[in-house]
Parts: sequence; C-alpha cells; structure tokens
Amino acid sequence: MKMCLVVDDSRVIRKVARKILEELQFECVEAGDGSEALEACRKQMPDAILLDWNMPVMNGLDFVKALRREEGGDQPVVVFCTTENDMAHITEALRAGADEYVMKPFDGDIIESKFQQTGLLRAS
Amino acid sequence: MIKQDDILFVAAEAFKRSGLVLSADKGYLLESRLAPLARAEGYPSIEALITAARRDPGGRLLWSITEALATHETFFFRDNTPFDLFKQDVLPVLARARGNNGQIRIWCAACSSGQEPYSLAMLLEEERARLGNLRIEIIATDMAPRVLEKAKAGVYSQFEVQRGLAVQRLVQHFEQQGEQWRVKPNIRSMVTFQKQNLLENFSLMGTFDLVFCRNVLIYFDADTKKKVLGRIAQQTAQDGYLIMGAAETVVGLSSDFSPVEGRRGLYGRAAAAKSAAA
Repeated sequence: MKMCLVVDDSRVIRKVARKILEELQFECVEAGDGSEALEACRKQMPDAILLDWNMPVMNGLDFVKALRREEGGDQPVVVFCTTENDMAHITEALRAGADEYVMKPFDGDIIESKFQQTGLLRAS
Repeated sequence: MIKQDDILFVAAEAFKRSGLVLSADKGYLLESRLAPLARAEGYPSIEALITAARRDPGGRLLWSITEALATHETFFFRDNTPFDLFKQDVLPVLARARGNNGQIRIWCAACSSGQEPYSLAMLLEEERARLGNLRIEIIATDMAPRVLEKAKAGVYSQFEVQRGLAVQRLVQHFEQQGEQWRVKPNIRSMVTFQKQNLLENFSLMGTFDLVFCRNVLIYFDADTKKKVLGRIAQQTAQDGYLIMGAAETVVGLSSDFSPVEGRRGLYGRAAAAKSAAA
C-alpha cells in the first residue's frame, strides 16, 4: 500500500482528504503544518504528499523547498491543495519542486485525476 | 411525475432529431434534464414545457429538449489511451504517409464543449518541433449550439480544468480570466468548430485522416450506428483511422473499419489497420 502524508492546518480538511485517499487505497499520515510534515518525512518518506499552502509555523512552499533538499526528498510526489488559485502561485509552486496542483474546493474526482497525472494511480 | 404519454412523445421526437434512444423507463432522466430547461424557458413545470413543445410548429422547443437530453459529459484528455494512441501510433504513421509538406485532417465528431479537440491541439503544439511543415486541421462538430458556443469561447471553470489536465498543461496552454481559465489563442486557432448533426448529411466536410467518434454511438440503436459508421467511412481516407470510446466497437457494425491489433479503440480502413500493426 502506498503512503500519503496529508499536510493541512485544518482538521476538517485533513479528515476529508484522508477519506478520499483511503478509498483510493492509500495509507494516510497527517501533519498540521510544514514543520510537522518535515519531521514525519524524516521518520518515513511517503510516496505522496498532499500539501496546503497557508499554514502556521512553516507554510507549504517553504516545506517543499526544504523537502527537496532532504536526503530522499526528491522521491515523494508533491501535490499542492490550496485556495491559492492564480497562475502566479501555481508557477511558483512548480518552480519550488511541486509535481501537481489542486485548487480548492476539491473532490474525490479531482484528487483521483491529479494522482493519475503524476503516476501515483493507474488510469482507470 | 411525467405522464407516460409525454415521455413517449419526447423520446420519439428526440430520436427523430438526434438518434438518441430513450427507453420508457427513463422518466427520471427526463425529470433531471428537462426541469432546468423548463425554468429557463419560463414554464411552471415540465408538463407545461412539453405541452408548449407539442404546439410549437417551428419545433424550436423540441430542439432545445433534444439538446438538453443529450449527454454532454466530457473532460480534457478523457481516458488518456486515445491520446496516447494518437501521439504514438497514428500521428507518426500519417506524418510519414503525408510527407513533410502534407496535411492531416482530423474530425472530432460530437465534441461537446470542446475538451477533446483542444486536448489534441495541445498535444500537437507540444509535438510541433517534430512535425516540420506538416499542416494539421482539426474540425470539431456537435449538434448542440449551446455546447458549441462554450467550445468556441474556450472558457472553462476551475473544476473543468482540473479534470484530466496536468497542471503543467494548464500553465502552458491557458490564461486566467478571473475565476475562469481560457485556452490560449494559439491553441484555439488550431480548432474549427461547426454545427453538425451526425444524422444529417456530412459529405461536404471532405475527407479526414483521423476521426474521433467517442461515446456517441452508444446512445444510438444498431441500425443508426451502422448507417453513421458507414457514412463516416466514406469521409475517411483509405489509409485513415477511427478512434472510438473504450466501451465501443465497430465489430458487427461496419466492415469498412478493422480493429488495429493490440490497440484498443483504434480502427483503420483496410490499408491503415495493416500499417499501424506493422
């Protein structure tokens, strides 16, 4: 089973995302901000990371930059999942090392589609 | 509940206009699709809409009803496989056959709101360096004016651009307009949209090297499927191809096309099926 780290400061969003991801056969780990997420990655590098942008302590952009410098940090597929829905934010995220980008609000179809794009899921 | 008599009337009229087969047990489908139309046309109920349609000599309301009953579901790079087939199997073979200064004509039949032809245009734009001076024309048709208008505008919601479309392609081929996303002019200009009902004569559209006709014939009865496939074959070059939906086949319906071995959904006119398999 593949593992996905869900990083969001909202418990509600984490719960919604977890439900969708578990239905897609992912094992989920949660983190409430970028720094907690980095800790989790140092313990065990996940296959995928669903990542919010605006969070306290360490935001998603700083997290992905830090992650890509970690040993093995080039491995996880990083999918942003944020209310920031403009071109400038998207290009900045891609430049920082993100692989995909989900603009909130999201649903199961969008997560599935984006996970297929990155090869995390086989196309149905 | 819609009266059985009204259901049968609407089903017969929609079939006559579009080939759409609606069985009598599809009352729920009528409800869900006609309620918004009744509201938009200013009728208090679906019954009132149908009553007015019966009395409308010009048939405008019946066309609107037919359009509302058709399924317009689509998304960018839907099912992926057909686009892989196009890029890896069909395009190289046709490019070789047509030569450096040649032309390839593609028809997207029943293109709905345009995601399929625009997906092809994006692929072609990305392949441009390898295509030399080859000219490529994409004609996209649908019978429904409302979805064609949307297709021509090339404007999609945030939800629509996240289904099937990789974010790198969103960045490369779209520009943001407020909450909406619009296909860039260079991609839009690669596609010509036209109104065309597959039941009506389309022989004036000319000859195509590749026809996409996906998830359309599933709504037709066997006789209509055969006729439409036969007429598509007449518009397809002798070494041209047809791409159908994942759940469809020409087997038993057309002898003009043969399945290309090992390439699900891809069919060739006699000569084409051989060269792709070679």
